[in-house]
Amino acid sequence: MTLAREPRLPDPDGWYAALMTAHRDLDEAASRRLDAALVVLLANHIGDAAVLAEALALARAAVSPPAAAGPAAAPAR
Amino acid sequence: MRLAPPLFPYRRPAALDRPGPEAAPLVIVGAGPVGLTLALDLARRGIASVLLDEEDTVSVGSRAICWSKRTLEIYGRLGLGQRFLDKGITWQRGRVFHGEREAYAFDLLPEQGHEYPAFVNLQQYHAEAWLVEACTATGLVDLRWRQRVAALETLPDGVRLRVATPDGEYQMQADWLLACDGAHSTLREGLGLPFLGQIFHDRFLIADVRMRAAFPTERWFWFDPPFHPGQSVLLHKQPDDIWRIDFQLGWDADPEAEKDPARVRARVARMLGPDVPFELDWISVYTFRCRRLERFRHGRVFFLGDAAHQVSPFGARGGNGGVQDADNLGWKLAAVLDGRAPESLLDSYDAERLPAADENILNSSRSTDFITPKNAAARAYRDAILALSATQPLARPLVNSGRLSRPAILTDSPLATGGVATAPAPDAPVLRDGQPDWLLRHIGAAGDGFTLLAFAGPGVPPAAAPPGLTRVVVSQEETPGALFDHAGLATARFAAGPGEAVLLRPDQHIAARFAAPELAAIAAAHAKALGHAP
Ligand SMILES: Cc1cc2nc3c(=O)[nH]c(=O)nc-3n(C[C@H](O)[C@H](O)[C@H](O)COP(=O)(O)OP(=O)(O)OC[C@H]3O[C@@H](n4cnc5c(N)ncnc54)[C@H](O)[C@@H]3O)c2cc1C
Repeated sequence: MTLAREPRLPDPDGWYAALMTAHRDLDEAASRRLDAALVVLLANHIGDAAVLAEALALARAAVSPPAAAGPAAAPAR
Repeated sequence: MRLAPPLFPYRRPAALDRPGPEAAPLVIVGAGPVGLTLALDLARRGIASVLLDEEDTVSVGSRAICWSKRTLEIYGRLGLGQRFLDKGITWQRGRVFHGEREAYAFDLLPEQGHEYPAFVNLQQYHAEAWLVEACTATGLVDLRWRQRVAALETLPDGVRLRVATPDGEYQMQADWLLACDGAHSTLREGLGLPFLGQIFHDRFLIADVRMRAAFPTERWFWFDPPFHPGQSVLLHKQPDDIWRIDFQLGWDADPEAEKDPARVRARVARMLGPDVPFELDWISVYTFRCRRLERFRHGRVFFLGDAAHQVSPFGARGGNGGVQDADNLGWKLAAVLDGRAPESLLDSYDAERLPAADENILNSSRSTDFITPKNAAARAYRDAILALSATQPLARPLVNSGRLSRPAILTDSPLATGGVATAPAPDAPVLRDGQPDWLLRHIGAAGDGFTLLAFAGPGVPPAAAPPGLTRVVVSQEETPGALFDHAGLATARFAAGPGEAVLLRPDQHIAARFAAPELAAIAAAHAKALGHAP
């Protein structure tokens, strides 16, 4: 499977409003947790590693250059 | 009261009074769990060794407690399995708590029909003491206490060692050197080998506490509990009414101040409540690293255990990984020393154990990253996953409080035939002459340790084994001399029906499978598993 790239939301404004409502009254940290919970739920719903990888790359590119591959390893001796 | 550790006698080595270096075919440095396991494995195969250790006792203090199923199977093969079962605390369930609530529980071995459980908890010092006893009983392990390797020099066909004793120094010339000298390996430093990886910016307080408590024998892990806010805590039961409590402290904690017994007592009391009497048995503060050598074989020198690789303790992969290094290398060394295999067989130690070390490092790094979030995003995800996990089972696989040690499964071992995955043979209950028995007890137990497991059934005879291979027959019906697969579990777990056969290595790992076994093909797979070029 590949990531669906055509617009698919039946009511984009309604969904956006619902998202903003969910964030209302939350402080910065709680907002982050809400988004994180949402990502976890939706990722599980999608359940397809290739689609998720594609979405991750696309999302990252939208906000800044692609992430360096692999964990950042601090040399330890 | 703490048990008095055994003291092993130092004996003045004869080499001090003789000219020239002492010649020794095989020298093991370090009598920790890994060096001792290797010495015992070699002795069981008839190979003598000299085992040097700078101390004269077992490892005191809080170190390994969780011994995995695979390690127990190895100790079963070496004759110590029952001792671990009798004294150790058997467990397989874990609970994860978040804040004030239990998030969920898990079971590491929900399936019945294995001789050994998922885990046994036992203090490392008990394990080491038994290994010393068992090594001594073989008469083939020359244990030399208070003998420290001070320097080494590699030669084309061996290693020259300088050994320091209380009576002065002497030299040894070893054909083979097995470096099991732990995370601060002098041998690694002596060869100038880089030991690179990742350091985790966190500190952990390990308190071993003696108390009579009614907690069940389960692994309990708390994220952000009320008695230790913002940090994690791990609780494990050990024998002798000792409990391991592991408090995450954070990078800024002052390790010296945290070791103050009054302070530790207050922490423990906050956790247990005011009515639980306890005594402190041991306190230490640790930081953790994940790193390894680039290669474990350097000519005639091999690195095993913590000397070769280091992991964080979440997942109990340090000692268990090291014991599996010894399991992997022992039979190969024996085969080469006996002239049954070419020296190149020993290269497969790197081919098989480097990926295993990487798997352990990967898993323990990921656990540590989850437990110690590195930034605000990581913390938000971790906390969201924990919060979801209480009500949504879908989030539970993401909770990582330690991925507990499992044996590595290799997909491209140079010793395997036909692309078979190199994994330890599964155990299964069987009947032998009507008596309950276990399949694994018969694997790697006789001859040179290679076994042909031949499956038979009504009207289907077992495959024949070529000369030099021990054949073990697993039958679907009661047959004299065969293991009766009365529950059908051996057949199911090997996915091998009557007429099929599986070639197993001395370390009980699968080397080849045959749907239609032929003598020549089995012999060829046997030769390949011994490192002979096809
Ligand atoms: C808090 C904590 C909890 C842990 N929990 C677990 C767990 O639950 N399960 C698990 O599997 N692992 C666990 N581990 C890891 C485990 O303790 C180690 O992986 C294990 O001890 C490694 O064994 P080893 O034989 O390689 O090295 P070591 O046990 O370090 O032994 C090395 C030996 O070499 C000797 N030596 C060193 N230098 C020289 C020299 N120059 N000459 C002669 N002798 C020398 C030392 O005296 C020592 O006896 C834990 C570790 C810690 C710190």
